[in-house]
Amino acid sequence: MSFSLIGAWSIYKRELMRAFRTAMQSILAPVLTTSLYFIVFGSAIGSRMEPIGGVEYAAFIIPGLLMLTLLGETTSNSSFGIYMPRFTGTIYELLSAPIGVAETLIGFVGAAATKSLILAAIILTTASFFVEYEIKYPLLALGYIVLVAASFSLFGFILGIWADSFEKLGIIPVLILTPLTFLGGTFYSLDMLPKPWDTIALANPIAFLVSGLRWTFYGTSDVSIAVSLGLTLGFLAVCVATIAFIFKTGWRLRE
Amino acid sequence: MSDPILSISGLTKVYSGGSGPQVRALDGVDLEIRKGEIFALLGPNGAGKTTLIGAVCGLVRPTSGTITAFGHDLAKDWRKARARIGLVPQELATDMFETVWRAVSYSRGLFGHPKDKARIEEILRSLSLWEKKDSQIRELSGGMKRRVLIAKALAHEPELLFLDEPTAGVDVELRKGMWDQISALRERGTTIILTTHYIEEAELMADRVGIIRKGRILMVDDKASMMERLGSTEAIIDLAQPLTAVPEELSAFDLELQDDGLRLRYRGSGEDGGRAEVASLTKALIAQGIDYTGIDIHDSSLEDIFVDLVAQGEAA
Repeated sequence: MSFSLIGAWSIYKRELMRAFRTAMQSILAPVLTTSLYFIVFGSAIGSRMEPIGGVEYAAFIIPGLLMLTLLGETTSNSSFGIYMPRFTGTIYELLSAPIGVAETLIGFVGAAATKSLILAAIILTTASFFVEYEIKYPLLALGYIVLVAASFSLFGFILGIWADSFEKLGIIPVLILTPLTFLGGTFYSLDMLPKPWDTIALANPIAFLVSGLRWTFYGTSDVSIAVSLGLTLGFLAVCVATIAFIFKTGWRLRE
Repeated sequence: MSDPILSISGLTKVYSGGSGPQVRALDGVDLEIRKGEIFALLGPNGAGKTTLIGAVCGLVRPTSGTITAFGHDLAKDWRKARARIGLVPQELATDMFETVWRAVSYSRGLFGHPKDKARIEEILRSLSLWEKKDSQIRELSGGMKRRVLIAKALAHEPELLFLDEPTAGVDVELRKGMWDQISALRERGTTIILTTHYIEEAELMADRVGIIRKGRILMVDDKASMMERLGSTEAIIDLAQPLTAVPEELSAFDLELQDDGLRLRYRGSGEDGGRAEVASLTKALIAQGIDYTGIDIHDSSLEDIFVDLVAQGEAA
């Protein structure tokens, strides 16, 4: 199987450029949102909270806040990247080019994942202005963030191909991802929930993502890191398979 | 004849049509394109021109049939084939916020060509876009946007170039410029397939013309022989005195008396389209003592041929 490195690089570069063109929106907005969360939950409310599992409350919420912004931004970034060419018609060029699923994914998804990593760095830096924290397993944390960013870039890509209106494009991040992240233990530990909600909360896949990331930060989590990791890898595999199927059948791409 | 650069056989595309009936956009199309020619695909709206282009360029998945470009079967070796095929779409689909320079450079990379600033500059200059290279595409006029699309297609140096309605919505001045640019491309050895509504355009530019209607190719021929074979000459002769009937002596000519006997209408066809016959007709008129005040001769254009063919298809 052949692969066009120049083709993949061209898409990657262009997609990153597109993000810098809207730097105000893609960088300043998450900085502001994260700061607001820290002011409200970290400083104002957090100062009256007991430490959770030995971790100060303001620090406890960092992995969850990171996940909240990461999931939302990654999904919308990636979905917009492929939806806009479909919407404006410029996708003709991509479809007529000598590139396949590998180049397209590396270009679009790679760029979206890169943006997410930059975003994660920005959020963590912002957080350090509000609260002192140490990451217990920095390399694992980085690896986990990369994995989540890649998975949700793929997910966003599928969303961007599936959506046939701006409404559908916006509905998944706003109506599904954000509530699930909020309820997935961003601001609390699941065992703080009354029964039976602590068990019901485990039906929320994002609870595992938040928990996994929190484990790489502080070594404590609601569920085992192995389960979190396995679930994330499984999600990644499902997304890759779905995209391979989309390209094979041309669904929503080729008439 | 050299080997065809593009060979299409039995190409059929059926759209499921959702809740409506199935649409047969292409119905068993066979077509061969020769290296270096300009081929014009003529047809009314909805004839299947854009679908045909889409099938070759990878935008449309054929229902059945085979397409071979540069000896590569498009179903298998699409990478090799697509790298050598360029497409200028009909819709002005551009990345509005991108600059001209970046958009054109991107196209080159997307098709696997390494950076070449000199080449991009040359293309932009040849399309009079150099001054606009740092402008965002949304700031450009419609004609310029179309030229950006052409530049994007040329950026990856295609050997076979599809131009889908290249002059649609382009004013007369720019259209002429576009024709010059297409001719220049052909001189550099690019094979060009263009679709058009403007029959004048096909007549002026094309080496061969194909007429498509309802997904079927009705006819493919050299422009010259098509005009020769199907062309005709019409002569309108204004008479000095009215006639009550066409004289016996002129029955060899295809004549019709019009305008209360003040006008003779001649229709001729044949190798030279009947021009020689008009000459003999005028001599015969003088021999019969029929005086005339004016003759208006008019050769049928590709447009008349096209309209006739499509009308025949309609009746069939």
